[in-house]
Amino acid sequence: MAPMVRLAGVNKHFGDLHVLREIDLEIARGEVVVVLGPSGSGKSTLCRAINRLEPIDGGTVEIDGTELPAEGRDLAALRSDVGMVFQQFNLFAHKTILENVTLAPTKVRKVSKGEAENRARTLLDRVGIADQASKYPAQLSGGQQQRVAIARALAMDPKVMLFDEPTSALDPEMVGEVVDVMSDLARDGMTMVVVTHEMGFARRAAHRVVFMADGEIVEDSTPDAFFARPSSERARDFLGKILTH
Amino acid sequence: MNVLLDNLGEFGSRFLGTVELFVLSAVASLVLGTVLAAMRVSPVPAMRVAATGYVTLLRNTPLTLVFFFFAFGFPLLEIADLSFFTLAVVSLSLYTAAFVCETVRAGITTVPPGQAEAARALGLGFGQSLTLIVLPQAIRAVVPPLTSVQIALLKNTTVAAGFSVVEAGGIYQVLSERGYSTLVGLLWVALGFVVLITPLTLLQRSLERRWSASSGGAVKAGAR
Repeated sequence: MAPMVRLAGVNKHFGDLHVLREIDLEIARGEVVVVLGPSGSGKSTLCRAINRLEPIDGGTVEIDGTELPAEGRDLAALRSDVGMVFQQFNLFAHKTILENVTLAPTKVRKVSKGEAENRARTLLDRVGIADQASKYPAQLSGGQQQRVAIARALAMDPKVMLFDEPTSALDPEMVGEVVDVMSDLARDGMTMVVVTHEMGFARRAAHRVVFMADGEIVEDSTPDAFFARPSSERARDFLGKILTH
Repeated sequence: MNVLLDNLGEFGSRFLGTVELFVLSAVASLVLGTVLAAMRVSPVPAMRVAATGYVTLLRNTPLTLVFFFFAFGFPLLEIADLSFFTLAVVSLSLYTAAFVCETVRAGITTVPPGQAEAARALGLGFGQSLTLIVLPQAIRAVVPPLTSVQIALLKNTTVAAGFSVVEAGGIYQVLSERGYSTLVGLLWVALGFVVLITPLTLLQRSLERRWSASSGGAVKAGAR
């Protein structure tokens, strides 16, 4: 069976900066992969390249055996199978919580309004926001907004979920509620790519840890192996910095 | 007072002409201006060039010259036989659309890029993310300047009087022919415009209030 996500020879430059260097990565169905690395290592860019939100200079991206085209209608259709959660939540500011979750199913998948609302309420209930459905995003806390963002992505029944530093913009006391929702998803068998600094989540929920530095994948191993016996100098250096304080 | 009361019919029919010119041109300029703004941010270079060229040309041309072209130049092309009223609506709409475009485009730049990214990540195409997500927020952000553009349009309708269109800007000529004081007449015309513009100001205020609860607060929270 084809891997759920397959990157082959992916390159990306920002001007002179080579942010992704010949990235090859395969992620199996149901696998939870945490991407770690120092800032500027290209981990966010890698995450955004998977649904081609970030244009790439070379290489191929496949989702569930289908290559993503560079642009156009086909890309939009394939993208709708890839859920994405952003650092800054990016909930639609002029839409209510319920509308945020029903918008894409009704406009992209042409699901009926009633059906989309039923499904949205189920998902909002699952992430613990059911009673806030008629509010606007600005009326919710950061942690609540991020949980709505997860529900919004799940409403499209994605094949894979991308998390681009989902807890980095949150106040510390709200990190837990978002990580809990993500852990539930991982347990339910969702294929996930998670760029994060939450080492607890990496240890508990990840099947694999991918460590990046300078635009390259330096290590690719199990969480146990990575945290106990990092094989590269850069990974040891990174872990030393984040785990000592 | 007699200047107004004796010529009430004249005032009435001419201000009605002003309102008709304004309403038609306002709708047309808002629609065309928004389309132009969409073209200016579109990924297609030809569209961006076309819209930019349009704005440069129309925004930098005096309105009177735009009128001259449509009143005297356009009929020579023998494309269609249009009344002066229709040509006035066309002139005002095309001219004002350039200003609407730039105002809406300014609004688009206030919408955080993450909004369009989230829309694209969900599978919405460029057109859908623009019309469903970006433009509604952009227009909410520019209600006050957009109102100013429309107020300017309402006052610009007086230029049409110079091209034989029956509207309020031409009242003074009639009054002077009938032997009334044109100065007093013009004061009444000025008052008439204040009365016409007041509803626009009230509309602006009510839209601002209605939208501040949702998008305004959220934009601030998003910027955090």
